[in-house]
Amino acid sequence: MSDAALIYVRHRDKEESYLQHGHTLWSWITTTDHKRIGILYALSITFFFFIGGLAIGAVRLELMFPHGEFLSDDAYNRLFTLHGIVMVWFFLVPSIPTTLGNFLLPMMIGARDVAFPRLNLVSWYIFIVGACFAIFSIVAGGVDTGWTFYTPLSTMFSNGAVISAAAGVFIVGFSSIATGVNFITTVHLLRAPGMTWFRLPLFVWSIYATSLVMVLATPVLAMSLLLVIAERWLGMPIFNPANGGDPILFQHLFWFYSHPAVYIMVLPAMGVVSEVFACFARRRVFGYSMMVYAMMAIAVIGFFVWGHHMFVSGQSQYANFVFSFLSFMVAVPSAIKVFNWTATLYRGQITFEAPLIYSLGFLGLFTVGGLTGLFLASVPIDVHVTDTYFVVAHFHYIMVGGSVSAFFAGLHFWWPKVTGRLYSEAWARFAAIVMFLGFNTTFMPQFIMGYGGMPRRYHVYPPEFQIWHVMSSVGAVVLFVAYTLPLIYLTWSLFYGKKAGANPWEATGLEWQTASPPPKDNFKTLPRVKAPPYRYHPDREAPDAENREPETMQGDMT
Amino acid sequence: MSEVSRVLHEPWPSVERQKLAVTFGMWVFIASEVLFFGGLFLAYTIYRHLDAEAFKAAARETEVVYGATNTAVLLTSSLTMAMAVKASQEGLRRMTLWCLTATVALGVAFLVIKGFEYHSDLEKGLWPGPGFPLHPAATQLFWAFYWIATGIHAVHLTVGIGIVLVVTLELKRGALPVEATRFDGVALYWHLVDTIWIFLLPMVYLIGRS
Amino acid sequence: MTGAYPLQASVYAGEWDRLFAVLTVASALVVALVFIAIVGFSIRYRRGSRAPRGFLPEIITNELELGWTAATAIAFLFLFWWAAVQQLQNVVPPANAIELHVVAKQWMWKVQQPNGVREINELHAPVGRPVRLIMTSQDVIHSMFLPALRLKQDVLPGRYTYLSFTADKPGVYHLLCAELCGSEHSRMTGRLVLMTAADYARWSAAQPGAENLAAEGEKLFRSFGCSGCHASQSSVHAPDLNGIFGRKVQLAGGRTVIADEAYLRDSILLPQKDVVAGFDPIMPSFKGTVSDDDMVKLIAYLKSLSAETRP
Ligand code: HEA
Ligand code: HEA
Ligand code: HEC
Ligand code: CUA
Ligand SMILES: [Cu+2]
Repeated sequence: MSDAALIYVRHRDKEESYLQHGHTLWSWITTTDHKRIGILYALSITFFFFIGGLAIGAVRLELMFPHGEFLSDDAYNRLFTLHGIVMVWFFLVPSIPTTLGNFLLPMMIGARDVAFPRLNLVSWYIFIVGACFAIFSIVAGGVDTGWTFYTPLSTMFSNGAVISAAAGVFIVGFSSIATGVNFITTVHLLRAPGMTWFRLPLFVWSIYATSLVMVLATPVLAMSLLLVIAERWLGMPIFNPANGGDPILFQHLFWFYSHPAVYIMVLPAMGVVSEVFACFARRRVFGYSMMVYAMMAIAVIGFFVWGHHMFVSGQSQYANFVFSFLSFMVAVPSAIKVFNWTATLYRGQITFEAPLIYSLGFLGLFTVGGLTGLFLASVPIDVHVTDTYFVVAHFHYIMVGGSVSAFFAGLHFWWPKVTGRLYSEAWARFAAIVMFLGFNTTFMPQFIMGYGGMPRRYHVYPPEFQIWHVMSSVGAVVLFVAYTLPLIYLTWSLFYGKKAGANPWEATGLEWQTASPPPKDNFKTLPRVKAPPYRYHPDREAPDAENREPETMQGDMT
Repeated sequence: MSEVSRVLHEPWPSVERQKLAVTFGMWVFIASEVLFFGGLFLAYTIYRHLDAEAFKAAARETEVVYGATNTAVLLTSSLTMAMAVKASQEGLRRMTLWCLTATVALGVAFLVIKGFEYHSDLEKGLWPGPGFPLHPAATQLFWAFYWIATGIHAVHLTVGIGIVLVVTLELKRGALPVEATRFDGVALYWHLVDTIWIFLLPMVYLIGRS
Repeated sequence: MTGAYPLQASVYAGEWDRLFAVLTVASALVVALVFIAIVGFSIRYRRGSRAPRGFLPEIITNELELGWTAATAIAFLFLFWWAAVQQLQNVVPPANAIELHVVAKQWMWKVQQPNGVREINELHAPVGRPVRLIMTSQDVIHSMFLPALRLKQDVLPGRYTYLSFTADKPGVYHLLCAELCGSEHSRMTGRLVLMTAADYARWSAAQPGAENLAAEGEKLFRSFGCSGCHASQSSVHAPDLNGIFGRKVQLAGGRTVIADEAYLRDSILLPQKDVVAGFDPIMPSFKGTVSDDDMVKLIAYLKSLSAETRP
């Protein structure tokens, strides 16, 4: 207690926001403030999103013509590999957890910072180091193995800069692990008084589940990449059939990470939209505890379905059936969540601000992506459509249509909190809708051509598919516009946007009970939590928005 | 009080919680490490299952004497480390210092011995690749595993030595009070490194000789 | 190679399309359900609308939860079972199939007909008869993709994988490589030519280089000196290879294996791997000496030995 008092003394009368707390570049790159680190990450991943986008821009251009007009075979392979590696490990995996997660997790549980502030900064530097390796491997001529690094192509036959790329991913993995350890410890030990486990906002739960997966899955990826490096660099014959090695073993190790990784990429998105739906429907999330169990179930079962990526790899039929079955089972909790979000709208007081529109986009596109996941999970279907554009469409629906949309939803939802400014609502809604339309134009045709047998990773392809490819490329342009718009109007809002109050959306979470932008120590006095999350008033018969009974904030700040 | 203010930092309300966090975090990290080596051990087990004879034959070439000595050394280091923690809890400054120094020394000893072992392995040309002395080819898989596993372990140990050294020096300079919060974490990590070795011992040295 | 979407060249392809259709319809229903609910709620419960609001009774919520959890679980189980049944039909390879040997390498498909005719990036096969592809790769992982048959199978280095089909529509279809295998992955394509039995017979007879694989294999069996040990009159104590194919073999160490192509291949390239019980592991490895093409012939020969008298 006495020490606690001491802390408070140290934090008394600091009125200025975390942004004013030091203006030099130095004060930013040496900060241990979780909010600033969140912003460092945000800048880094935006950069990589752009890189990945540019790469695929070239790919989409090339794919408008069936005979490989512009790019050499190698150039093409390098481009989509670059796209895959960058988008997965340098954009989407870190995206929501390291930006919104870093910024909000401590505030949502009523803490002053994450458990290990210095480790938090270190993990950003690790990320940057990994990024440098990745960029080096691009400069050094790129990698042509696909983001999956399959052996023996990657170990013995590839003529790309495999080692540096693998090293980059390897290093970034440790950044993930550090972040995961940090968040798990934070949630366990830094919850404010009264913030019981089942009072945690779903976003916190999602980040917690994600961190578990990060901590337990990433090391396996690290090891498998290490083995690839050892074989390619030191000539250790690990996956080399000539020495009794087994190339398939690599696929098992890789997917043991990479399937859970797909849930690393979607769970935080689920957390974000849960917050948004509740806030703009003015209702508590339908079936809160069920949502929690569902996320945990996804995180756990997700570890046992990796084999569904290897149905035609020559693994035994029986293994195939087991993995197929488990893949169907892992879909059940996702189903529950979809229905719960929908039911959250029921009897709400819905207003259609941008964050909600983005979230509705997520809901629709995730459902489609997920359902096509079930196609892939059934062995005979997968045999035909595996390694075709059907798979490409499947995961873009979930990762781009789902997770990226959700990321934008969160970005808009908490933008006022992060920057203290309001963006132009009209533009935001417009961008959200364009994004939805552009997305479907880009990827719906890919389902059709995948079904028709258009293999992925092909830039010379049977002409009958051209029509679909052209459609897809047109969509990609629209998508590009939709992604660049926010960049413009959000930047604009930084300078000209209206000042946002502490709680522009009248949301109930702790993060809304402090100034925006928040002070360096998040709260003047640490809150005590007195209510479960999402205590939005459920309007009785009184429909007019003005005289509603007020919602119950979670925290008691006095 | 002043002691406390030196140890305590953001965002912790009390030293106890802060200590708890370090141990807790380290346990989570250990879980991660388990899966890291888990992947490697899995690969090893599968290959050994595929060609048990070759693995036995290959394992017979390992230097069991070095291996045994190193095991002894490392276990002792774990002991001294444990003592250091105890001492620190009792607030015995010099005792703690001595134990830590011993731990570092033993750690270094391990690496040196390992160095000799590697040397004699290389003498025998047991680095996988063309002209590998043993047959059948699968013996190379064993030795690939040998180099990678022991190598990674050595790296872990080096890191361990590094952080123990830092803590020791801070303690010496008095920059860090005896009840420093980082202690238990460091100790845990050290024990982890030892435990990994305990797993490696049979996989590397004993299977060939059972 | 017309654009008709996607071409069907076997009964199985038809079944496949049916399964796909069922899944599509089911998913469409679900999407419609979710979509209608969203739009409906959005309109009815937009802020300020006159629709009644208020808490839902706990019971309702719980019942709903259980309801749709159970519903989806059951739906999923059904779909899984449906798909599984479809697949099970293809697990057992058909008997008396024509066997074609496929060797994949960066970046071409090498096919060898039963009568020894070789083709590159072409695969001729008769309709109305089961066909079995015995495939291996010389370098990286490739994948044999026959869209018109809705079939695909990775082709691995150092191992055999198999693909069986019975086509029923003559014609020319795509043959693609579906696993990224390096620079020219997207150019590693060819034609699957399905012909009526008669045309096929005429075609293969007309090809140059027709030769009896087994006979070729027998020549190799001597030239490599296999017969030196395995021939009956040889002094070396080596197993009798008559009827070796498909035989159950007792291995030193108690295991037993069925002698399939993979086993024969291993016995020749890595003899130490499975030593036959009762023999010394004196057989030298022929890795490097016996090429993949030779292997095809040797195996064909060993298969032919089944009934005959000893070599
Ligand atoms: C965020 C990323 C993400 C997510 C969440 C998922 C989710 C799922 N994925 Fe996906 N997947 C990828 C990313 C993702 N996937 C990637 C990147 C690849 C390709 C990797 C590569 O090869 O490059 C891939 C590939 C992939 C394959 C291998 C394809 C192949 O290469 O042959 C399979 C096969 O089973 C699969 C299945 C599934 C399933 C069953 C789910 C389930 O979790 C989906 C669950 C959700 C739903 C089912 C929708 C909501 C449910 C309802 C509305 C219920 C109502 C429905 C009924 C009653 C029918 N995925
Ligand atoms: C994980 C995230 C992710 C994301 C976000 C995307 C985004 C996109 N992907 Fe991605 N894709 C993958 C993951 C992802 N992809 C993976 C894992 C593969 C497999 C790779 C492999 O086979 O190995 C793949 C493969 C892949 C292919 C198949 C290539 C092939 O097999 O031959 C195609 C083809 O159309 C494609 C298209 C697209 C498109 C059009 C987008 C669009 O959504 C992109 C739109 C974005 C932009 C156009 C950039 C926007 C620009 C800005 C926002 C400006 C920022 C500006 C500043 C910072 C100044 N992708
Ligand atoms: C030096 C003598 C020798 C030569 C030469 C030799 N073999 Fe063998 N082979 C053996 C012995 C002994 C065994 C049984 C022990 C074993 O399985 O390794 C054997 C086993 C086999 C088997 C497994 C038999 C079974 O019952 O499972 C096959 C198949 C085979 N050899 C084929 C060949 C072929 C083909 C060649 C030539 C390319 C060849 N052998 C050359 C000695 C020889
Ligand atoms: Cu061969 Cu792709
Ligand atoms: Cu998966």
